[in-house]
Amino acid sequence: MNLNMTAIVMRRQLHSYFATPVAYVFILMFLVLSGVFSFYLGHFFEKGQADLNAFFNFHPWLYLFFMPAISMGLWSQERQLGTIELLMTLPIGLGNAVVGKFLAAWLFSGIALLLTFPIWVTVSYLGDPDHGVILAGYLGSWLMAGGFLAVGSCMSVCSKNQIVAFLLTVVVCFLFMVSGVSMVLDAFSLAPQWVIDFVAGLSFLTRFDAIARGVFDLRDVIYFVALIGLWLYLTQIFLQRFKAN
Amino acid sequence: MIRVKNLSMKFDDFLAVNDLSFDVAEGEVLGFLGPNGAGKSTTMKIISGFLSATSGEVSVCGVDVSQDPQKVQKMMGYLPEGAPAYGEMTVAAFLDFIAQVRGFCGDKKRQRIQAVVEQVQLQSVLHQVIDTLSKGFVRRVGLAQAIMHDPKVLILDEPTDGLDPNQKHQVRELIKGLAKDKIVIISTHILEEVSAVCSRALIINQGKLLLDGHPEKLEKQSRYHNAICLQLAEDVSQAATLLEGVANIDSVEQIQERKFMLFPQDGQMLLPEVVRWLDTKNWQVENLHLEKGRLEDVFRQVTTVSQKEAC
Repeated sequence: MNLNMTAIVMRRQLHSYFATPVAYVFILMFLVLSGVFSFYLGHFFEKGQADLNAFFNFHPWLYLFFMPAISMGLWSQERQLGTIELLMTLPIGLGNAVVGKFLAAWLFSGIALLLTFPIWVTVSYLGDPDHGVILAGYLGSWLMAGGFLAVGSCMSVCSKNQIVAFLLTVVVCFLFMVSGVSMVLDAFSLAPQWVIDFVAGLSFLTRFDAIARGVFDLRDVIYFVALIGLWLYLTQIFLQRFKAN
Repeated sequence: MIRVKNLSMKFDDFLAVNDLSFDVAEGEVLGFLGPNGAGKSTTMKIISGFLSATSGEVSVCGVDVSQDPQKVQKMMGYLPEGAPAYGEMTVAAFLDFIAQVRGFCGDKKRQRIQAVVEQVQLQSVLHQVIDTLSKGFVRRVGLAQAIMHDPKVLILDEPTDGLDPNQKHQVRELIKGLAKDKIVIISTHILEEVSAVCSRALIINQGKLLLDGHPEKLEKQSRYHNAICLQLAEDVSQAATLLEGVANIDSVEQIQERKFMLFPQDGQMLLPEVVRWLDTKNWQVENLHLEKGRLEDVFRQVTTVSQKEAC
C-alpha cells in the first residue's frame, strides 16, 4: 500500500466529481431530500424531541439511491472510455487505485453529509440535544455510506454501462438492507439458526439503527469496516478479471 | 532490452498471439506491422503489463513483467490505442496528475511539465478541457503523458493515427529525437511511417511473426525492388512486347498509355541494360526511374499468403 499513490488517485477522482455541475446538483438534491424526509415524513417538529432520529432514520433509504449514483462511474466510466488501460499501466498498483477511488467517493459523500449541519444547528437552537449521540449518528451514517459505496465500487467494475452499475448496486444494497427485516428472515425459517443469525447480522438497517440511537457498539463499526474491506477486495479481483474485456 | 519469448495469448477460443518471440535492443525503434486484429495491440498490452499472457515470458531490462509489473511500468512510457485521457480534465491538470504519479513534485514537476508541453507543442491548449480538443491534440496529450518521465522504454500504439501530415511529421521527428538511447516500439498500419522512423520492422499476422528486418531489407523482398518505371514521350506500337525482350526482364506491366513498369528477374539491376537498349531503339523517354521496393507490396504479399494458409 502506497499512501502517496492512493492520495494522488483520490485527488484526481475528487477533481473529476467536481469538474461538472452534476456534483453540485447532486449535493443540492441530497440536502433538499434529507430535509423533506426529516421534516415531512419524519415529523421532526411535531415530535418535539431534541434529537436527530427523524433525520437519521431515513438515511439508509436515501443512500440506497444516492450512493449508487456516486459510485456508478468509478470504474465503469474508465472501462467505457478506455482510460482504465492508462490507469492500470501507470505505476500506481491495483490496490492503491481501488482504495484511492473509493476514498474519493467516500469523501464526496462525507461532504454532502457535512452540509446537512443546519439541522444540527436547528435542533441545538430549539432544545438541548445529546451532542454525543448526534456525532455518533453522523459517524455511523458516514460508515454506512462507505458500505454502500464499497458495494457500488465493485458493481461498477462489472459493467461498462453506468446505469447497469447503478441498478446492480441498488439491488445488492437493497438485499443487504432488508436482510434483517422479519419478512426476509421468515423466508429462511427452515434454515438452521446460525444461517438466520448470519443473514440478520448482515443487515445495514439493524446495525445502523443501533448507531443512530447513540449505541456506538464496536462490533457495528467492525461490521461496516469489514464490509468495506471485503467489497474493495472483491473490486480488485473483479478488476483483474474484467479490466480488458 | 526487451525480450519476448514464446508469447501466446488466448481469449476464449481465439488465439490472438501465437508463440511470438523477439528481442529489442537499446537504440532500436521497432515498427510493429500487421493488418487489423493481427495481435499488435495485444502484444503491446502484455508488454505494458495491462494484460497477463496465457503463456510465455516478457522481460523489460531484465525485469519479468508478470512478476513485477510496477517496476516495469516505472521504466516505461505507454500510449494505449486511441490515446485515452480523462476528458473532463484540462490538459494542464491531466499532465499534473501524470507528473505526480511519475514521482515529480514542486519546481521539478513544473519544469518537467513545461518541457513536455513544449516538446509536443501543447502550449495553445494547456487550459482547455481535453473533451473539447481535436483528435490530433488528444493524441499529443497522450504522447506527452507517455514521455513525461523521459522513460527508457516507450511503447506507442498507433501514435500518429488521426494526425494531419504536418503533425505526423512532428511526431516522427519527436520519436527519432527520443530514440538515441531508448527502446521504442511503435505499432502502425501506415507503412511509410516504418520507413520514416523505424530501424527495424516486424510484420505479424494472426499473432505470428512473419518477417523481421530493417525496413530497407524488407523492401528488397518486394517484386518492385530494382524495377524500372518508364514513361515514353510518344506512342510506340507493341512497346510492352518489345520491352519484354530486353535481357533479365521478367515481366512488363503497362500502367498507363505510355507508362510501363519493368520487373527484373530475381531483383537484378536492369538500369544499364534498359538505358542501352532504349538508346539503340532511339525511343524518346519522358521519365525513367528506379524503384527501391515497396513495403506495402511485401506487407500484402506475406499477410495474404498467411491468411490463405490459415484457410
